[in-house]
This record gives sequence, C-alpha cells and structure tokens, in this order.
Amino acid sequence: MSWRARVPSVATLGPVVALFIACIIFALQSDRFLTTDNMALVLQQVMVVGVIAIGQTLIVLTAGVDLSCGAVMALGGVVITKLATLGGMPVPLAILSGIGVTTLFGTLNGALVAVVRLPPFIVTLGTLNIAFALTQLYSGAQTVTDIPPALEALGRTFPLGRTPIEYGVLLMFAMYGVAWFTLGQTAWGRHVYAIGDHLEATRLAGIPTTRILLSVYAVAGVCYGFAALLAVARTGVGDPNAGQTENLDAVTAVVIGGTSLFGGRGVVLSSLIGALIVGVFRNGLTLMGVSSVYQIFVTGVLVILAVTADRLSRRHAGAR
Amino acid sequence: MNAETLVMEAHGLVKRYGHVTALDGCDFDLRAGEILAVIGDNGAGKSSLIKALSGALIPDTGEMWLDGQRVHFHCPLDARCAGIETVYQELAVAPALNIAENLFLGRELRRPGLLGAALRMLDKQRMQDESMQQLQQLGVTLGSMRQTVETLSGGQRQAVAVARSAHFARHVVIMDEPTAALGVRESGMVVDLIRRVRDRGLAVVLISHNMPLVFSLADRIHVARLGKRVAVLDPSLVTMSDAVAVMTGAIDAAATSRPTPP
Repeated sequence: MSWRARVPSVATLGPVVALFIACIIFALQSDRFLTTDNMALVLQQVMVVGVIAIGQTLIVLTAGVDLSCGAVMALGGVVITKLATLGGMPVPLAILSGIGVTTLFGTLNGALVAVVRLPPFIVTLGTLNIAFALTQLYSGAQTVTDIPPALEALGRTFPLGRTPIEYGVLLMFAMYGVAWFTLGQTAWGRHVYAIGDHLEATRLAGIPTTRILLSVYAVAGVCYGFAALLAVARTGVGDPNAGQTENLDAVTAVVIGGTSLFGGRGVVLSSLIGALIVGVFRNGLTLMGVSSVYQIFVTGVLVILAVTADRLSRRHAGAR
Repeated sequence: MNAETLVMEAHGLVKRYGHVTALDGCDFDLRAGEILAVIGDNGAGKSSLIKALSGALIPDTGEMWLDGQRVHFHCPLDARCAGIETVYQELAVAPALNIAENLFLGRELRRPGLLGAALRMLDKQRMQDESMQQLQQLGVTLGSMRQTVETLSGGQRQAVAVARSAHFARHVVIMDEPTAALGVRESGMVVDLIRRVRDRGLAVVLISHNMPLVFSLADRIHVARLGKRVAVLDPSLVTMSDAVAVMTGAIDAAATSRPTPP
C-alpha cells in the first residue's frame, strides 16, 4: 500500500500529460508555436487568469466556487487606476486601496458562505453582478486611461536569454510558490483541505471552520487584487469590462488542473498547468487561424472532460 | 492506580429545553482506568449527559469535577483542553487526508526553529513517526502513515480516530457508539482497541446500545432513565435482561440482584 502514497495520482499527472500532448500537436501544426517568444507570450496571456486561479483553487478546495472572481478583479483594476489618476493618489496607496476593495469583496463572499451558510454558487453569482454594476457606476462605464507609468511596471519585460519576460510573470510564479508552501506545509493549508474533504469531522476536531472558510475567501480576494494589478500593467488601462472571460476561465483552469469540485483534493500548482492548457489551446488555435468561437467551444469540452475525470476517479476511490 | 480514585464526577446536572427535561438531576462518576458503559433508552438523557461531559452542552445547574478540580465547559474545545477526548460513531476522519494528518488534525506539530516559528512549517516527519508509534502501541499496523484514510477499512478508520483520542487524552476518552458503523470483525478489532486504551490508564466512557458489547467490555454500567442515573450495575453480577429491565423501568434498580452502590 505504501507505494500509493509516493506515486503521484492520475489527477496530478493528467494535466501535465495533457499540456505536453497539446504542445506537441500545436508544434506540429505551426512552426511558430514552439518558439521561445511564443511561449513567453502564452505566459503573459496566462498571467492574469493564473493569479485569479490561485484564489479560485483555495475556494474550490473547500468545496466552494467563486463566479465573481473576474468581476471583482475588474472592480479592483478600476479602483486602482481611478484613484491613481483622477484621485491623484500616490501609486502604492492606490494599489493598496484596490487590493483592499477586492479583499473586502472576498470577505463579503466568505461571510455569506461561512457565517450565513448560503451556497457559494448563488452567493458569488450575486456578488458577480454587484461587483460588475459597481465597476460600471464607479467608472461611469469609461475606460480609465493615462495611468501613471509606475502602474505599468509589472508589464515591462526583462530579457531571459533573448526572450522578453514580463515582471508580472515572475510575480505569478512567486504567488504560486507561496500558495504551494502554505497549502502543503502549514496547518492552515491542511485545514483548508480538511474543510473541503469532511467539514463535520474538521469541526469535531476542534478546528474553527467558520474562521478558516472566511479567511479562504478573503485571501482569494487578495489574489484578485494582485490579478487586477497585473491586468492594469498588461493593458495600460483600467478597463471596466475586464474580467468577463476570466470569471469562467479561472474555474476552467482549476478544474482542468484536476482540483476536485467536490472539495478536499487538488494541488495549486496544477491550476497553473490548467491555466497554461487553456492558454496553449487559445494560442495554438489562433496560430492555426481557427476562429475564437471554436476556442470557446474547445474550452467548454475541456472542462466537461476534466469534471468527468474527477467524477470517475472519485467513484473509483469509493468516496461519496 | 487506585481503582476507587474518581477521575470525573458530576452532581445534580439539570438541562431543560422549554418544558422538556433532558437531564433531571443526573449524577455521574468515573473511576480511574475503568471502562464505564452508559446505557439508556432513547430520550433517557444518555446523550445529553455525554454532551455535558464533552462540553457540547452547558447544563442549567449542577457541578462537574475532573481530577478533583471543579470544571465548567463552555464548548467542546474546553473539554479537550482539560484532557477529555471524544470518538464519534460516524467515523469522524477526513478521507482525503493521510493517517498522520488526521491524527494531528487541529493539533499539528511545527518544525523547530525559524522554519516553524516564522514560516509556520509543519513537522510532517515527526507527526508521522508519532502516529506510527501511537498506532503500534495500540496494536494496529497500517503500513505507511502517508496513505490517505479513504484507502482504509471502516475499522481501520475508527482505529485512527481512537488513536487520536488516546494520544491527546490526559484523563478521559468518551466513545459514542464506536462500533455502530462497523461490521462484526471490524467491531472486534475496535473492542480490543478500547481495552488497550483502558490498559494504558485512561478512563473510558462507552455509550452503546449493543448489550453484548457492553457486557464484554464494561467494568461498570451506568443506567440512564428519565434524565437521571437510576443504577450503576456490575456486569459480572447482573444479566443482560436485568440491565434492559432496569433501563426500561420494568423493574426497580433495587430489585436487581446486587447493584453496586453508586
């Protein structure tokens, strides 16, 4: 039995294999796909959704889901840019305020889920609309332009060999590193897994489940704030209509990464793989000249395949 | 240890819910190193008593003493901090976590030095070693402590739950129907486990409807009825049918052959 504990499960290896196969297929289809410049581009395209996916992973691990992630990020982006331009606020303060707003939204989601005990799906569907409306109201449905150059710092590149890499990509990797350590090596991380795995047993073990659940949603809000910062840096504007594809792309990345929607199982690094799979498909299909409608179609198929694999593997394990 | 030393006692516990009286002046005493079975019909106040002892219920009036000290539990965590652990019937373990993680769930050990203090890093190796040691002491061999609990049988999962209680309890382990979810063979394994916990000097409170189990394990039997303790029986001196008769009120406790004095 002991070998089981050491060999990575199909759920962990599956996404890596899928990413590998996708890369081979696209490399055969397009000469430009496997160039370092194109790989760097995929990373840049994945950066925002990748950071949102960290927060989403935390929530999905507790058997929840956050449909409001992209909308909350958009609100954060507009708050940061508007405060820094029209508000005349120093850039660091504007960034802190933006992250504060997204954290507040995360905490609101968390309070409704953990304290009032409403289903996460409905709660975040509600806050998705609230955040979207607030973003439009606050920005007057106008894109915020002429932002201070300092806000675009993370969008600048440095050469790795001869390939330009954005600083934001480094931030994404760093955040994955922190999330990986916290989930795997600290008590808080293990409690997050335990809550999604068996809430009642976790409560009976004396763990303050309400407080931890609340903290998970708040930390997810912090992630959306950083994602907002990256989106602003990448696009150079505060876009009130940002985040609309990220809402579902983040869930897609997490699910394709093999984190179980039933909670308690999954690895945060796999969500990065999941985000890369989505990014590679989008990028590869674009290079092949396939219309974006088909890209959406393929993403939909990928999610359903991933959830099916999750369901089947759980049935195999004899759980639930 | 002196068998007459009382580890835990309670006097005149009362708990009312509106006009329903769950506990009506209930007494309780538990000796060091014994297995005390608590039996009673549904609504006899058995589970209310256990909840009061484990901190899940705050009695309206009455006193509780643990190891000679007056105690007031406001929540289950208070009871745990005082050294009382509870094993629940519904196999309260997290299936996707491994054995060591379940054993230390909520009481994880951190790395010594800066890694533990600043980064709050867990000491997984030490938790695995201590889990292995604990289970071996209880006569359970489970191979790797890193296998997830869902790969275990029901009895093995309950063994993990019992090992957790035995590891952290300083005074009392309460077992609420520990074999209710298990088959015959698995039950037998848990029965052996309960004896070993007692043999390590911990007092065990066993709540069960299973009379053969109660009679094979218990040193004394506390009979709950109508929110009170109506008798404490010595299983070597009374028959199962007598115990059931006292429990249901068919006969008076005094009429049984020789109930031991409370």
